[in-house]
Amino acid sequence: MKRSQDNNEFAIRAEGIGKRYKLGAQERYRTLRDTLVETATAPFRIFQRRRGPDPAREFWALKDISFDVKQGEVVGIIGRNGAGKSTLLKILSRITEPTEGEAVIHGRIGSLLEVGTGFHPELSGRENIYLNGAILGMRKAEIQSKFDDIVAFAEVERFIDTPVKHYSSGMYTRLAFAVAAHLEPEILVIDEVLAVGDLAFQKKCLGKMREVANTGRTVLFVSHNMTAVRSLCSRVVWLQQGTVNRIGKVGEVVGEYLSSSGAAVMQLEWPNPDEAPGDDQVRLSRVSVKATHDDGSGMVNVATALTVEVCYWNFTPDVILNVSLEVYSVEEVCLFASFDTPRPRPQGLIRSLCEIPANFLNDTMYQIKVLLVRDAGTILLKHEGLTVEVNDVERDVPYYGKWVGICRPTLRWSSEVLTELPEVTNVAAAF
Amino acid sequence: MTQTDTLPTLRLGPTRGFLKLNLSEVWLYRELLYFLVWRDIKVRYKQTALGAAWAVLQPVMTMIVFSIFFGRLAKVPSDGIPYPVFAYTALLPWQLFAFALTESSNSLVGSQNLITKVYFPRLVIPLASVLAGLVDFAISFVVLLILMAIYGIRPTVAVVWLPLFVLLALASALSVGLWFSALNVKYRDVRYTIPFLTQIWMFATPVAYSSTLVPPEWRAWLGLNPMAGVVEGFRWALLGKATGPGLMLWISIVAVVLLLVGGLIYFRRMESTFADIA
Repeated sequence: MKRSQDNNEFAIRAEGIGKRYKLGAQERYRTLRDTLVETATAPFRIFQRRRGPDPAREFWALKDISFDVKQGEVVGIIGRNGAGKSTLLKILSRITEPTEGEAVIHGRIGSLLEVGTGFHPELSGRENIYLNGAILGMRKAEIQSKFDDIVAFAEVERFIDTPVKHYSSGMYTRLAFAVAAHLEPEILVIDEVLAVGDLAFQKKCLGKMREVANTGRTVLFVSHNMTAVRSLCSRVVWLQQGTVNRIGKVGEVVGEYLSSSGAAVMQLEWPNPDEAPGDDQVRLSRVSVKATHDDGSGMVNVATALTVEVCYWNFTPDVILNVSLEVYSVEEVCLFASFDTPRPRPQGLIRSLCEIPANFLNDTMYQIKVLLVRDAGTILLKHEGLTVEVNDVERDVPYYGKWVGICRPTLRWSSEVLTELPEVTNVAAAF
Repeated sequence: MTQTDTLPTLRLGPTRGFLKLNLSEVWLYRELLYFLVWRDIKVRYKQTALGAAWAVLQPVMTMIVFSIFFGRLAKVPSDGIPYPVFAYTALLPWQLFAFALTESSNSLVGSQNLITKVYFPRLVIPLASVLAGLVDFAISFVVLLILMAIYGIRPTVAVVWLPLFVLLALASALSVGLWFSALNVKYRDVRYTIPFLTQIWMFATPVAYSSTLVPPEWRAWLGLNPMAGVVEGFRWALLGKATGPGLMLWISIVAVVLLLVGGLIYFRRMESTFADIA
């Protein structure tokens, strides 16, 4: 009986989950030539396979993952790329099976690893709502009853019977998210889906997520966006190289994660504009922060001048645009904001550079938020993915302790002697 | 949370041993099946310029070519039935089968984006592809009725068995489609073998000729090819051929059931790996 009571307290209990991939298993045979080679060598490969697993060609994406999520809890999963976050989500949402271990899930689970899964460009908005809803696991009656809400949320009323291939990417994303946002399972598993749409829509999505979390539903949320994790989650599971590094309260774990070495993301690039953050007006192409005089080591210390580079596509001719930067400390304190001059920009790829002087930042981790602003007032896009870790230098002062402060500017100091005292042992006696 | 007592519990772990087919789960996802069929049909008619005309053009053109080469020039006997109707009646279920087989075999590979992002019983995917072929079938069936009217052929009471033969054609396509779609995920070679296979298979099926060309003592074994039973069944049910397919049909049914069960087991075994290798 004790056992069943325990069961009711948790929504997800993962015990010793491991997932092994065989390297090379993802090769694809697409060309006819490959196919022929493939066919010719097939008999030999059958014998190879019989020899059993070759440990050198194996790779454990996850190993020994155990954690509990209580009913109604909102738990974040964080970690660097390749830490196993996506694999874990795929296992919990039944897309793939664990190689070992077990997860027990108490309640209906709905997963959202991508918005717009199964959207078909030829179908209208209306048709895609039904199709996508059914794919996400909604009943037809349920979709019908939520249909108006979904359309209103997506703000696509006028185009609901237009094929979605004619939608702007912003409309497409909004519609896709709107369907997903109306999914109401007891347990919701969400991958990084907030990094879509324009700023106003991102806020709306975050609001909707908070609403979901407040209705007592269990949410498992994977994100690189620590601001979103902080504002939504109460507990965090930090994955590192396929294992659980830490589980704990959001404030502690996120702070520790951000200040852990190697967590810095100093460059992000989107070769395909369709997948880049932004909308029909502007899209990011590349953001980076690096030493102004790069010596190739990639090391940044307090004496290094940094250059922040923001490359973006502008799709509207002669619109007044500027890039704005906000630099935050690990504790989410804004260090400063800075922007270049708002001026009309032509259509095309535009690069803005900003130099952060040497001897200004402290030896800690910083998050650099990049904003694209129209008419000096409307925020078109806000990107929060860039982080930089600043190391200490060999100091020329005999103090080796932690240098406090969220910045460490080199300030001009001057000292002068105002009154020189005669060399006496008793100071008071001089007067 | 008082409702927690009624919450379903799900255990996710590696599949071990001989698994259950768990077909009831497909029933739970019947609405998804419906929407996928609906999508396939809708998209096909929206994307093609001729739309529904394709459903008619293909069998009609094939019938004309067959009538000229096999009917007129080669003088293939057609059991006393006008050759065009004889051929078209067989082409109907054949095209349904060939279409369903091709579509279902490529269905999993074509649905990678779904398989790697959402859970549902994967069986729904090839099943939807098979069922989507029914619309084309229904349209081209109207042409058959017109043809029969032109040649003054009336169906007999045996026509009530027609749904059985349609079902048998779908089951044949699904059973092979299950094997191929699962194999296709792992070995993309399958994609290239399908057109070749359907072509050979058609000539092994009495579509352009009659099964009466086969010596009587061997004729029943023609049923090992389930489509032989289906095609002969169609002619019997619609055109009033004197003798029913009899033993041949039973052999076809047994062959389909065996293929289908085997296909289901193989598909289910491979199902858990689809997302990893797709």
